[in-house]
This record gives sequence, C-alpha cells and structure tokens, in this order.
Amino acid sequence: MRTTVVVIGAGQAGLAMSWWLARHAIDHVLLERGEVANSWKTERWDSLTLLTPNWQSRLPGFGYVGNDPDGFRSMPETVGFLQDYARTIAAPVRTQTRVTCVRQRDEGYEVVTDRGTWQARAVVVASGACNIPVVPGIAGSLPADVASLTPFQYRNPSQLDPGGVLVVGASATGVQIADEVRRSGRSVTLAVGEHVRVPRTYRGRDIKWWMDASGVLDQRYDEVDDLVRARNVPSLQLAGYADRRSIDLNSLTRIGVRLIGRLAGINGSTLQFSGSLRNVCTLADLKMQRLLDTIDAWAAQQGLDGEVEAPRRFDATAVEESPPLLIDLARGRVKTIIWATGFRPDYSWLQMPVLDARGSIRHDGGVAEAPGLYVIGLPFLRRRKSSLIDGVGDDARDLSAHLAAYVREKVVQQVTLATV
Amino acid sequence: MSTATTEKTARNGVNVEALFGAREALTKAPEAARFKWRATCEWVKGTQSRSTVQEFYGLGAEQKHKTKFTFDSDHPEVFASEDSGATPVEIVLAGLAGCLTAGIAAVAQARDIQLRSVSATLEAGMDIRGILGADPDVRNGFDGVKVVYKIDADASPDDIKALVAQSQKRSAVYDIITNPTNVTVEVTQ
Repeated sequence: MRTTVVVIGAGQAGLAMSWWLARHAIDHVLLERGEVANSWKTERWDSLTLLTPNWQSRLPGFGYVGNDPDGFRSMPETVGFLQDYARTIAAPVRTQTRVTCVRQRDEGYEVVTDRGTWQARAVVVASGACNIPVVPGIAGSLPADVASLTPFQYRNPSQLDPGGVLVVGASATGVQIADEVRRSGRSVTLAVGEHVRVPRTYRGRDIKWWMDASGVLDQRYDEVDDLVRARNVPSLQLAGYADRRSIDLNSLTRIGVRLIGRLAGINGSTLQFSGSLRNVCTLADLKMQRLLDTIDAWAAQQGLDGEVEAPRRFDATAVEESPPLLIDLARGRVKTIIWATGFRPDYSWLQMPVLDARGSIRHDGGVAEAPGLYVIGLPFLRRRKSSLIDGVGDDARDLSAHLAAYVREKVVQQVTLATV
Repeated sequence: MSTATTEKTARNGVNVEALFGAREALTKAPEAARFKWRATCEWVKGTQSRSTVQEFYGLGAEQKHKTKFTFDSDHPEVFASEDSGATPVEIVLAGLAGCLTAGIAAVAQARDIQLRSVSATLEAGMDIRGILGADPDVRNGFDGVKVVYKIDADASPDDIKALVAQSQKRSAVYDIITNPTNVTVEVTQ
C-alpha cells in the first residue's frame, strides 16, 4: 500500500496533523493500534478527568460546544470528543492496526503493520509521550507480598488491599491517586521528589486561563534558556475536580496523607527515602510564587486588577520536623506500592538511528534528523503547550507546513529527474 | 537563549560561562563526565589519623590538585582523646558547608545576583549511644542536620531563598548525605 504520509497514532496529535495535511491536500493515512483516542480509553484510571477546562481543548477546526466551559471532561467524554473530531474531519484512520516496524526505504519510509505494509514519503510519529510507565529498578526487589502497580494498572481503590499504600511520585498522577486512595479510608504515604505546585484557581480564574491568556503556554522552544529542563519539568500538581478545589501537598496532609522524601533505595526489605523533602517543597513553593508574581504583573499591565479578585499568596508547604527516612516492608504496614514515577514513549518499532542515548527521538521542534520524519505531541516540542490537547494544533500547523514543503520538493526533484 | 546572552553585572568570582560550556561539552561526551575522587589515609596514633588528597580522575585523564591537602582527624578530650584534629563528623559538616556555599556563589553568578556576604552555621544532632554500641536502636550517624545561611546580596528575600534551594538541588555533598550510597570496604595484604 502506498500513501504520501503515514501518521502513527490517532489521538489528538495525529488527528490535528490529519486536519492540516488535508488542508495541504496531502494524501495520508493514520495508523492506530486500537481505536481513536486509544490511550485515553484504555490506559487511564476510572475517576480521571482532563486537567484542562473544557474550553481549553481547541483543535484545528473544532472546539468545545456546551454549557460547562469551565468543567473538566471525564475519560469517556474525552474519548467521545476526539471520536467526534475524527468523524467531523473525516480523518482517514485505520483502527486496530499496530505498527511493528518503521524503516527508511528508497528515499522514503516503509511502515510495517500487523495489517500490511505501507510505503510513504514521510512519517509523522504521533504515538504519544506516555506509552510506558517508568518504574525504578527498586520495584524488582520488593518482597513478594507487596503489590506493585503502575498507573496503567490502577483503576480505583477497590482493587487494592485494605492495608497501607505507598504512592511514589507527587506530580499530577501521584497526587490524584494519593488523594483518592486516602479518601477510600486507606493509610497513604506519598514519596515526594521534585514537583510543580500550582493552585487550580487564582484570583477567581482557572490557572490554565492565566497561563493561556498571558502567553506562558505559547512560549516557544527556541525562546527558553534551558530546553532540556523545560522538556523534563514534572507535570503540574492539578486535578480536575467538579468543585474546582486545588490539590497540593498541604491538601493531602490535611486529609491524613503522610509525606516522605523521594524513594532513594532498598536495603533488604527496607525502603530508603531521601532527606531532601524540605528542599523539594521549598523549590516548589518558590517556583509557584514566581508564577503568581508573573501573573500579577501581567494582570496589572493588562488593567485587569479591577475585574479579577485581589492577589493572594498560599501557605508554604508544611513538612514535619523529621520525616521518616525508612519504611520496613516486613512490618506489613504497606501492602501496595503505586509507581507514579513518570512515563516514556515506546519507539521499539522505530528501526532507524534517530534516537539519542536516552531513547528519545532527536529533533528540532518536531523535525527529526531523518528527512521526512516528524514527531508531534511531546512535552515542549515547539511550545510550552505542545503536550496539551489545546497545544497540538499549532504544532501540527507548523510541522505540516514543513512537511508539505518537503514532499513537494521531493516531487519536483523526481519530476526533474524523470525529464532529464 | 535570549536571557543567557544578556550582559551580567554580578562579580562573584565564579566562571559560570566555563561551567555552562562544560555542561554542553559533557552532554556530547558523557564518558568525560565520569570522575573518580580519591583520598588516602594514614593512622598516626590513638584516634588520630591524617588524610591527604591530591590526585583525582576526570575529563578522561588523571588530574592533580596544585598542592597536596592534608586533614588531621581525631576526637576531642571528652572522648578521652588528644584532640589533634577535627572529628570526622565535623569534616563531613565542613564538606556540606563548602559544597552548598560554592553552589550559592555559582547559582548567584548564573542569575546575575551580586553577593556581599554569605555565612552559614551548621549543627548536626547525634546520639552517641549508637557509636558506643549502648543501644542497638540508635543509629551511629546524624539524626538530622540543620544549616542556617545568612546572606547579604542584591536580591529579594525570595530570590535569596531560591539561591539556597537551587544550591541544595545541585549539591553533591547534600545528595551524599540525604541519600543512601553503597560503600564497599575491603582489606588487602
């Protein structure tokens, strides 16, 4: 089978790219291992909602229609939203088609799937940033009677032993799971490394509204001082609760979650935790202050001070005097460990020397080193908002323009060669 | 890139351009980033010993301090010793203070903050029943370390706090003390 562009993945990134490729009248196909929005459908826990408000899921030629713009979509609603988009734009999606190999062939690419092989001039990798949960090596040394779950395996508290739970990681996933499991009545300890604290609402508006309106989310990848750091910033401590309450370490402490340092090692049956809890909390508190300072300065400059609530500051994160450094699993107080320690993409099917030493695709704003290979939907790919449903459209516009120029140039070259 | 090229006015005596250059170079050649730090030690008498450092390995080659540095350690008279040097645990505190303070100077330089004075006071608690073997439930080491910085600089209180926090984030000795490390001690003939 032959097409001009193969797009791998039919989530928001692949669909937005499809919309733009259609605008450029470029023949393409989207290969999807499952259904449209597959990761949202099959790899998320039951209660998860989007962390961005309904209004902030703007895709090319599509957006929220409804009477709850400030609400947060459930996973079934998110899947429905993306399926509606796929239908509306008539995206050429081949579902239940798993890509097993991509390699360069004859100035183009060969894409092997479990339903046949495609030849294409260009390939867009839109398969997501979170295909595989990252679990530290320590997980392999746990006593057999301690259950170990990734966020892909976790659905809801009822599947857990009634005993204590250790949640490792305090970014968006870890804090939401810790909150839910604690509210189920279980004792919960949360191991906290570096994290990003933000309030859900500030001065009466959603934090995402501020970040969007003030241009923070539009900040470009070639404008930041330290792109490596920007691309590796942990996800914001946010939840999309109906009551719009904030989630942070203080809110968790108030409901009885115990905070402990970053998980650092295991010695026999004893888990060892870093003594750095106080500093990672200070770093997050100060970083939040700087964000709020930026927002306040922007609000004043825009003359918004009369319209929105007055500035405020939040309590510093409360850390107990001497947080514990050890948990002996043999004492039986922890029955389950949930690894909210991040995710990574899966490129095991990419048979080309385009990955760096850490297994990431080397790219300049989504343009990979191999001509005609593109990647989209990764954190800070081209903008701070690149990994958001709301951000992928602008990246797709930029990359589709690059891609269109590339395939047209190829066409011109081939025509020229044919006439010589 | 935009802010990195703006002119810096702070003069803290740290060559951050060289540090940023090294970071970039070592990203491309990670094997050169592997250092080995070394010390030797001779027992003098009683609880006194003398440690020296001079050679180390890094950037793919053997390296050397300009001079040999010597550290005498001993125990104080309340331990019935002769007090000919700092106790080893005090040398650990000196290492932590030196590391954090160097970090503060470097981060201040990178953030263009002029330092006028930086002083630190360190205190570590220890229940010596641990090292005496008097109570198996008491650990040998510190039960906590408290560091208090007093910093005079051209920056807001929050920016100064952020300097100190960032220095901890990037500090080797802070990491060594707050996280477990495998230690192998062998005996040769």
